[in-house]
Amino acid sequence: MDLISWMAWTPQTALFFLFILACLLTMSVWEFFSPGGAPRRGVLGLDTTRGDRLFISLLGSAFIHLAWLGLVGPDLRGAVGVSAVYALLVFLFV
Amino acid sequence: MSTKTQNNHAWWLVLPVVLLVAFNAVIPLMTVVNYSVQETFGDNVFFFEGVRWFQDILASERFHDALGRQFLFTAIILAIEIPLGVIIALCMPRKGVWVSVCLVLMSLPLLIPWNVVGAMWNIFALPDIGLLGKTLNALGFDYNYTREPMDAWFTVIAMDVWHWTSLVALLAYAGLTSIPDAYFQAARIDGASAWSVFRYIQLPKMKRVLTIAILLRFMDSFMIYTEPFVLTGGGPGNTTTFLSIDLVKMALGQFDLGPAAAMSIIYFLIILLVSWVFYTVTMRNED
Repeated sequence: MDLISWMAWTPQTALFFLFILACLLTMSVWEFFSPGGAPRRGVLGLDTTRGDRLFISLLGSAFIHLAWLGLVGPDLRGAVGVSAVYALLVFLFV
Repeated sequence: MSTKTQNNHAWWLVLPVVLLVAFNAVIPLMTVVNYSVQETFGDNVFFFEGVRWFQDILASERFHDALGRQFLFTAIILAIEIPLGVIIALCMPRKGVWVSVCLVLMSLPLLIPWNVVGAMWNIFALPDIGLLGKTLNALGFDYNYTREPMDAWFTVIAMDVWHWTSLVALLAYAGLTSIPDAYFQAARIDGASAWSVFRYIQLPKMKRVLTIAILLRFMDSFMIYTEPFVLTGGGPGNTTTFLSIDLVKMALGQFDLGPAAAMSIIYFLIILLVSWVFYTVTMRNED
């Protein structure tokens, strides 16, 4: 464990990175079984691939969490909910 | 459906790059995320703090001020360097021996290390012995960058413009030289003015390189550290303390690794967002 002890892992951050890894793996599996990664034009007039939509979802979620933290408070369960809805909308319409 | 056999073995060739990026970007970034939720007093002992540092940073006036200064600095240098770089590129010769002379001269500032640029300008602008400082004072300006915030800002901006306008000029020049002569001949036949040639031929053809130039200059200036650190040390007071200087003060000066890590993540997200928005908006109408 000395090899990674300098990275100061916590269960929470490990879960966070596992979630990101799971997102990437899910995207790969999804693309493998149902190819559809070609760009399409969404409501914002942007040509986005599935990967782009994942990026937009994750980046937007980060800002939703920061805004929630700054404006509402440290209980982030609401921010997780808003982010999930936001990600769903991004994947459906953007 | 195509039945062509695809050979995906070439993907293995990107493995070295993936490993390199993992070691110099992904693993350090993961460590910063880990630090951002903990407190440490050294000796590799950490205490979990949750999102407290993020909350502190978001509410911190010091962070807001540094962020404001950072955006102002970046906006000013982009507003100067991009048009100036384009103008210089338009004035540079296209053929003959002067091309090499111009290119070498334009490249020189880019070859000088950041800390040397800072040290050069530090001495150059000193009000009592520096060429610039003494000249300005002799001309009747009360110039002293170590005392006056406006003078410090002027010097930092002049230094950045001196150091980096060449990059914009060289990129714009590369864009200009790639335009085929036929476009200019057609413009001449149509009797187009110099402005029309610029507006409808040169500028659209430079769009891609200018996008790269703006992105590079945005990211670089948003992360600027060494030059203002050597030149002004963030002063007078805190007036030229940009985000990275503040970050280093917090992380290394005060050894507040947790808050500094939280600040780095917010800083990183801002750069990521602005770069993505800019890139998307600029490339939106590309074919």
